[in-house]
Amino acid sequence: MTNHWIDLKNSDCILIMGSNAAENHPISFKYVTQAMQKGAKLISVDPRFTRTSARADIYASLRSGTDIAFLGGMIKYILDKQLYNKEYTVAYTNASFIVGKDFTFKDGFFSGYTKGKEGPSAGSYDKSKWEFEMDANGVPMMDKTLENPRCVFQLLKKHYERYTPEVVSKITGTPQEDLLTVYETYAATGATGKAGTIMYAMGWTQHTIGTQIIRTMAMLQLLLGNMGVAGGGVNALRGESNVQGSTDHCLLWHIWPGYLKSAKASNDTLAAYNAKWTPKSNDPLSVNWWQNYPKYSVSMLKAFFGESATKENDFGYSWLPKADDNGSYSWFDMFDAMYKEKIKGFFAWGQNPACSGSNAGKTRKALEKLDWMVNVNLFDNETGSFWHGPGVDPAKVKTEVFMLPAAVSVEKEGSITNSGRWMQWRYQGPKPMGDSRPDGDIIMELGNKIKELYHKEAGSSISGKNGKNNKKAKANKRVAFVEPILNLKWDYDTDGVYDPHKVAKAINGYFLKDVTIKDQQYKAGTLVPSFAMLQDDGSTSSGNWIYCNSYTEKGNMAARRVDKDAPNNIGLYPEFAWAWPVNRRIIYNRASVNPKGEPWNKDKWVIKFAGEEKDGKWSSNKWDGDIPDGGAFPLENPDGTKREDGKSAFIMQKHGYGQIYGPGLADGPFPEHYEPLECPVDQNYLSPQMTNPTAVVYSTKEDAHATCDPRFPFVGTTYRVCEHWQTGLMTRPQSWLMELHPQMFVEMSEELAALRGIKNGERVKVSSARASLECTAIVTKRFKPFKVGDGIVHQVGVPWHYGWRWPSSGAEESANLLTPSAGDPNTRIPETKAFMVNVTKL
Amino acid sequence: MEKSFFIDTTLCTACRGCQVACKQWHDLPAESTKNLGTFQNPPDLSFMTYKLVRMKEEIIDNKLNWLFFPDQCRHCIEAPCLQIAENASAIYRDDATGAILYTAKTKDLDADAIIDSCPYNIPRKREDGTISKCDMCNDRVHNGLKPACVGTCPTGTMNFGDREEMVAMANSRLAEVKPKYPKASILNPDDVNVIYLVAQEPKLYYDYAVASRSSMERGISRKVALRRMFSPFASLMRV
Repeated sequence: MTNHWIDLKNSDCILIMGSNAAENHPISFKYVTQAMQKGAKLISVDPRFTRTSARADIYASLRSGTDIAFLGGMIKYILDKQLYNKEYTVAYTNASFIVGKDFTFKDGFFSGYTKGKEGPSAGSYDKSKWEFEMDANGVPMMDKTLENPRCVFQLLKKHYERYTPEVVSKITGTPQEDLLTVYETYAATGATGKAGTIMYAMGWTQHTIGTQIIRTMAMLQLLLGNMGVAGGGVNALRGESNVQGSTDHCLLWHIWPGYLKSAKASNDTLAAYNAKWTPKSNDPLSVNWWQNYPKYSVSMLKAFFGESATKENDFGYSWLPKADDNGSYSWFDMFDAMYKEKIKGFFAWGQNPACSGSNAGKTRKALEKLDWMVNVNLFDNETGSFWHGPGVDPAKVKTEVFMLPAAVSVEKEGSITNSGRWMQWRYQGPKPMGDSRPDGDIIMELGNKIKELYHKEAGSSISGKNGKNNKKAKANKRVAFVEPILNLKWDYDTDGVYDPHKVAKAINGYFLKDVTIKDQQYKAGTLVPSFAMLQDDGSTSSGNWIYCNSYTEKGNMAARRVDKDAPNNIGLYPEFAWAWPVNRRIIYNRASVNPKGEPWNKDKWVIKFAGEEKDGKWSSNKWDGDIPDGGAFPLENPDGTKREDGKSAFIMQKHGYGQIYGPGLADGPFPEHYEPLECPVDQNYLSPQMTNPTAVVYSTKEDAHATCDPRFPFVGTTYRVCEHWQTGLMTRPQSWLMELHPQMFVEMSEELAALRGIKNGERVKVSSARASLECTAIVTKRFKPFKVGDGIVHQVGVPWHYGWRWPSSGAEESANLLTPSAGDPNTRIPETKAFMVNVTKL
Repeated sequence: MEKSFFIDTTLCTACRGCQVACKQWHDLPAESTKNLGTFQNPPDLSFMTYKLVRMKEEIIDNKLNWLFFPDQCRHCIEAPCLQIAENASAIYRDDATGAILYTAKTKDLDADAIIDSCPYNIPRKREDGTISKCDMCNDRVHNGLKPACVGTCPTGTMNFGDREEMVAMANSRLAEVKPKYPKASILNPDDVNVIYLVAQEPKLYYDYAVASRSSMERGISRKVALRRMFSPFASLMRV
């Protein structure tokens, strides 16, 4: 979330689309309710009428996978009716930038496309075709009147002129009057001082166009002036209590901690790596915060390798793994490689891939090809027990499976980071049961054992400090590359037991030498107070730069519990826990004020400039409220003159502006509607191109797809219910929760049930090109057939909480047996929210 | 002071936290259920289910509504079940809180008559004739806690406090929601200590959402009327 949970209460209009917050983030409704009681409008857009829709002022249905068409139509509506916030758009977004002549869009393709030859990617773009025109100083050319036909604003208008309500409705199945009601209500937040917010989740991300759906919303929020303000922002509701934390700390393969880039093979030295990923701006008004990149990468290496990391050995950069330049190592790629017997050992840690991942049938087969698997979890699950699952002959499975019982969250100390970026320290409640242990303990000991083995097999000591390879290690064929393991700093125990405080401090970072910064002296061995002090010369460490400031000489900031609001009284509670970065509660907050530093909304202000004024000019620098996004002077003086030391609002963007035109994503600088890989229509009403030309698809016999196939005529989607969690591992053994939702079900309209002769409550078969499973039919008014094009499209939905292991009947299986191996080109997140199925009587 | 619930169904999201919290506090076993083609489960209140969120899909003025009704004992101010039981060791009123409480001795009562007397169709019996229902978490309330269902509610649907405060809250919320829901009403506020606010016709939520006249008559007509004749102190039991 750019904002945070409590901040929802400040909104004037809440759009819940791509999520079902009332059911899946029930506590959020505390704040949604508070906003509504103050007059906010709640809009629910969902293929199915949900418990969220039940509370909404406005409900609109849409066919799964058509969100860009829906939102693109809203962009057109806002531009046509001039409802965008012009002052904000001109001042803070790249609407005025002039786009280079190489950029074109024709027949569903942007310029620079090459079709993929082999491998999972359908094709790719040469992004250099999308660059901005630069002036003589290397600063993007702008036209602040927004009239230049090559400016972003005019190109935006042109791109979305096709998205008329008629065409959008034909694609989405949303009645035109419902579209217009949503557009009108949400567009009203473009007025200065009004705020609209979006609450989205996996309903938006899990598509082959997932990233671009979210970008469309970000563009809307920029046009309406909703970024940076209280009650605004783009707010991802995370699917687990600590998903934000695990992403921040590089759960995903393509990022290192703090959203540094994982190194590619061609980044062969630290200098090459830093040069590749450190953006440069020639605009003196741009803070371009990522120019500090080398300070964060070097401090991270110092945290990883300690004294072994020296300037001479590139701080151990060469010890970290490099990805092949065109390689991908996502979830899909990993199980594809496992299926192809390229991966022989696997730790399934705190997860249940036999049920949780798309096309779980392929995953289960892949597990059979392993030599060994370690299942670290609270309970045994479908993953740990795959070898005696449905249709598997245990005698034929060679995989050796180990179970390591893990302690549950309340049994251990540590932090979680919630969707609102709040790092919250938790104390240990009860002690772990039986032989179960906290994950930290397990990792600690695993590391110790691996180091021990490497020591033994690599021979005696190695000279880590100067990075020269040890001769004995080189000679030993069994261990070719020992430095990463042997040099890894691994001192996070106290008296032999994992110490979460030591890890938290390492994440924050230390001064490693006595350092003087801006006349202030910092002693070696003390904690770094903020990432502004991190250095690229090896004098500081920080395991994750965005968390620098979380655990300082003043103590553990995440453990604070001061129940007191900030002076602006908008629910920031700045001394309750800690938020990254540097305790900023609303990011991009420099856009919540006008160029003179005055808040757009004087009642719900986030920050305001409080410096002194002399002769119409700001004469001293001071901001009140939230931690400002960069503390520089405002762009303008009170008398309207420009300041040379003022800074543009979006400090994390290279040029300092919010990106309405985004030339960085894999599938285009403007989002475009494409159909899901499996879709019910034989025509894309917006272009001749049916599917995302850069989507990711796989090609083993387990990766079957079926689009516009009469065998699978209905749209399927997956979702969660309030009463279960994820694959149900923690909720299916809980009898009070099983009482509420005891069985796998499929929801369908009364019309579809009549078509198939299905009665409410009877068991039916749901099948896709991958698998089929049994479900109980819930025939409901809450699903309605969609009028798409000239025909009728039916959609059904299934929850993904079940698995054969429990309940003991084995009859309630995972919805992910049905879902396809298809992914977004930017994230490779699976397309589980829109695929094709059939439903028949048993 | 007499306590009341105020249940604002206009805020309910049917997350069913209340239903689970009730089972947890009372350590009630789960029922072995099946999916019967609806999210509502168990299908009804039972001897081991004191709280149930009822769900109904209704088209009202051409718009789909999903109506949620967290059903439970109303802790009537003059409770027909208590009056008909005439056995304070089986059914009694805690005057400190207003809770109507059932004991194990309900086994000695005519269970069907007690059930029949309830205008809200709440009590349920087990095979041996013992009957049960919501007890207002009277043990929690005496220890300064709110009932478990109220403590867990994220939206402000479930409220609990002194009766006067809850009545005032109900009236003020009714006034607030009237412009949006012209058919909104408060259900039997003078008769019960569990006051519901509904947005639509109460019968659309559940047949017994509002006191059923026929059951009032059925329950009270003979035994209670007789008892009232002989017991002029019945109304004095109200504090």
